[in-house]
Amino acid sequence: MTSGLCLKDVRITLGGKALLSLDCVIEPGTVLTVMGPSGSGKSTLLSFVAGFLTAPFSAAGRIVLNGADITDALPEARHVGLLFQDPMLFPHLSVGGNLLFGMPPGGRDRLESAGEALDRFGLEGFADRDPATLSGGQASRVALLRLLLSEPKAALLDEPFSKLDRHLRGDIRRFTFERLRDAGLPTVLVTHDPEDAEAAGGPVVELAEAG
Amino acid sequence: MRSNGCGGTEYGDTFTAGADCMLRVAPYLVAAILTGPVLAGSLGALIPSFGFLPSLGHDEFGLDAWRALLDWPGIGGSVILSFASGILTAGISLLLALLFLAVFFETRAFVWLRQAIAPMLAVPHAAAAFALAFLIAPSGFLARLLSPWATGWQRPPDLLIVQDEWGLSLMAGLVMKEVPFLLLMALAPLAQIHAGERMRLARSIGYGRISAWFKSVVPALYPLLRLPVYAVIAYSSANIDVALILGPVSPPPLAVQVLRWSNDPDLDFRMIASAGAILQFAVTAGAIALWILAERCIGWLARGWLVSGKRRTGDAGLATLGRGLFPALILASVLGIAALALNAFARVWRFPDALPGRWTLAHWQSVAETAGGPVAATLWIALLTTLLSLVLVVCVLENERQRDVRSGRILEFLIYVPLLVPQIGFIFGLVLLAELAGAPPGGGLVAAGHVIFVLPYVYLSLSEAYRRQDPAWTKIARTLGQSAAGAFWRVRLPMLLTPLLTAFAVGTAISIGQYLVTRLLGAGRVETVTTEAIALAAGGDRRLIGAWALTQAILPVAGFALALAAPRLIWRNRRGMLGGVR
Repeated sequence: MTSGLCLKDVRITLGGKALLSLDCVIEPGTVLTVMGPSGSGKSTLLSFVAGFLTAPFSAAGRIVLNGADITDALPEARHVGLLFQDPMLFPHLSVGGNLLFGMPPGGRDRLESAGEALDRFGLEGFADRDPATLSGGQASRVALLRLLLSEPKAALLDEPFSKLDRHLRGDIRRFTFERLRDAGLPTVLVTHDPEDAEAAGGPVVELAEAG
Repeated sequence: MRSNGCGGTEYGDTFTAGADCMLRVAPYLVAAILTGPVLAGSLGALIPSFGFLPSLGHDEFGLDAWRALLDWPGIGGSVILSFASGILTAGISLLLALLFLAVFFETRAFVWLRQAIAPMLAVPHAAAAFALAFLIAPSGFLARLLSPWATGWQRPPDLLIVQDEWGLSLMAGLVMKEVPFLLLMALAPLAQIHAGERMRLARSIGYGRISAWFKSVVPALYPLLRLPVYAVIAYSSANIDVALILGPVSPPPLAVQVLRWSNDPDLDFRMIASAGAILQFAVTAGAIALWILAERCIGWLARGWLVSGKRRTGDAGLATLGRGLFPALILASVLGIAALALNAFARVWRFPDALPGRWTLAHWQSVAETAGGPVAATLWIALLTTLLSLVLVVCVLENERQRDVRSGRILEFLIYVPLLVPQIGFIFGLVLLAELAGAPPGGGLVAAGHVIFVLPYVYLSLSEAYRRQDPAWTKIARTLGQSAAGAFWRVRLPMLLTPLLTAFAVGTAISIGQYLVTRLLGAGRVETVTTEAIALAAGGDRRLIGAWALTQAILPVAGFALALAAPRLIWRNRRGMLGGVR
């Protein structure tokens, strides 16, 4: 069994027109950075891996995660975590509720382990907070923590730092990549910020403009 | 191999087969509810109008009913009255709504205007009509407030103000209700057409506020307001409840005349009623047709004006007018409701006195003794029909989301069918059909009838918020391990709680206000607060009318208050849930 995220001969097309093709293995704890202008299909690649590809896009190829072919699996069965530009914390749940939402059911002391995880992220006592009251940096840390606590086997990052204030961006970026590496997750990052690619420290794929 | 990305549904999978089937069926079911009864009811009126009504022993086609209709004394007056009130009410309401938006858009008062709309819409037509009648009648609240110091009147003047033969008070009553409706319908698309940017651009190159609005926003806004405006024309040309209270008695508006015929103990009048119902279709259609013609002409005439470069066209005067009229409209509503309340508690109230001389609770005791049944019937019908409508609308919108297609222009248009077709026309036909089919008149039939009118308003109220919800929420929930159904129940619906509750309040308000459906499909056996209140109109006992009209208004207003308060309570620690849809 091979570990890591394997994209086998993946090709994404839009209405018959080829957008991108990719054939690579992302080892656990490394980040593949996909760069390209908007419209180059880089976010579509993430949709394909996460299981959200919709018409008019179509894709061919296989996605194999830790030896298991997940190409046709339901999104919730893939164990692939997502981070967007916005932290997208559920506004109807508390910070703790957001974490519990993603944690696997069963097992005792879920609340307690969520609290401990918050401590480790420098967010002591935040469990009961309203997500709308968090600062941008705090919210992105909670979003990352929610992803990690859902015990994914891979992570997909869709320009997760582009909306942060400049002075926060470096810190959050370093923090995020360290945690993903510690968790041993194969990660795909799409971005058009070269600094992101540099900080990620992994292989970089540059996409050309479509058409 | 996942060659096509999705198998026809969102993300290639969906709810359980049963739920999925329900979603797929929902749009067709809704289309059937919106059009089936209208078509059947229209046929049910058309056929008897040509003399064919076997249940009464008429089985030969002929034109007798039409001859009798056209020979009816005053029929021409009825037709002209209905036609004119359709066109004029719509024209005045539209101009006022656009003027108010022009004057207040993105000012501090705009927030206030938004909030004033919901309670103004919630008050049923009948209660609003009574309120206006109590305000402007010769012995009404306004005359009392101004007498004798300003008018010199020691006795009520001998003027026919309410139920005047020109229908002016009727139109005023309709305008008071239609302006908030058009405001609401205009507010929703403002963001979509980037009204703020349009205004700022036009203002920055020197256009006055009013000219900027009418030259840069209205040309984009009006096409989106067209169907609501046609609905106003249809309602105003064919309405019954306001007409029974404020409309002239002889000749009455056509719809009222048709209702009189259909209530006549002599069953042969039903043939004339059928013909009258068909004539009502023609009058409403004619009014809408004339409006469309006027639309074209105005559009053609305005082309030059739009690009004339003139920065101001009576801006100062129109701004003053709008700034004065909007508070006047609110004040009139408030004073009218106050007049209802004062009457409901008055024992002795001599004419020029502004307030009753002696007070009593006797009228409320009389209401309390008889209101139990009607209030219970009102509530169960309203709650049941709204719940059913809400479930159907959510299914339609969710189906649209799952399959990633707009339900399409057809359904968007069908939503307006029950609002564009005169009620008296097809409901009268439905009654005849129900009799033919042997369906017993009563609560069930009434509730089914209410769904036809509640459904469109629930859809109009909910659809925008539902569509605007970011699909990324589902994606996040799915990657965190939730199934499609789990994401729907645990994320999508809770996040939509506020618009769902608002839609529910709108639905119940619409159901509570229904008069004709309840009256005709219930065959007089189903009494609601609305039928009770309107039944008192003919009697003219002001004290009792005041108490009943207030009761009728309180129910929907309380519903709205609950719908607004509940989210604030539930989400008091969730600021992100109180700022609109995400």
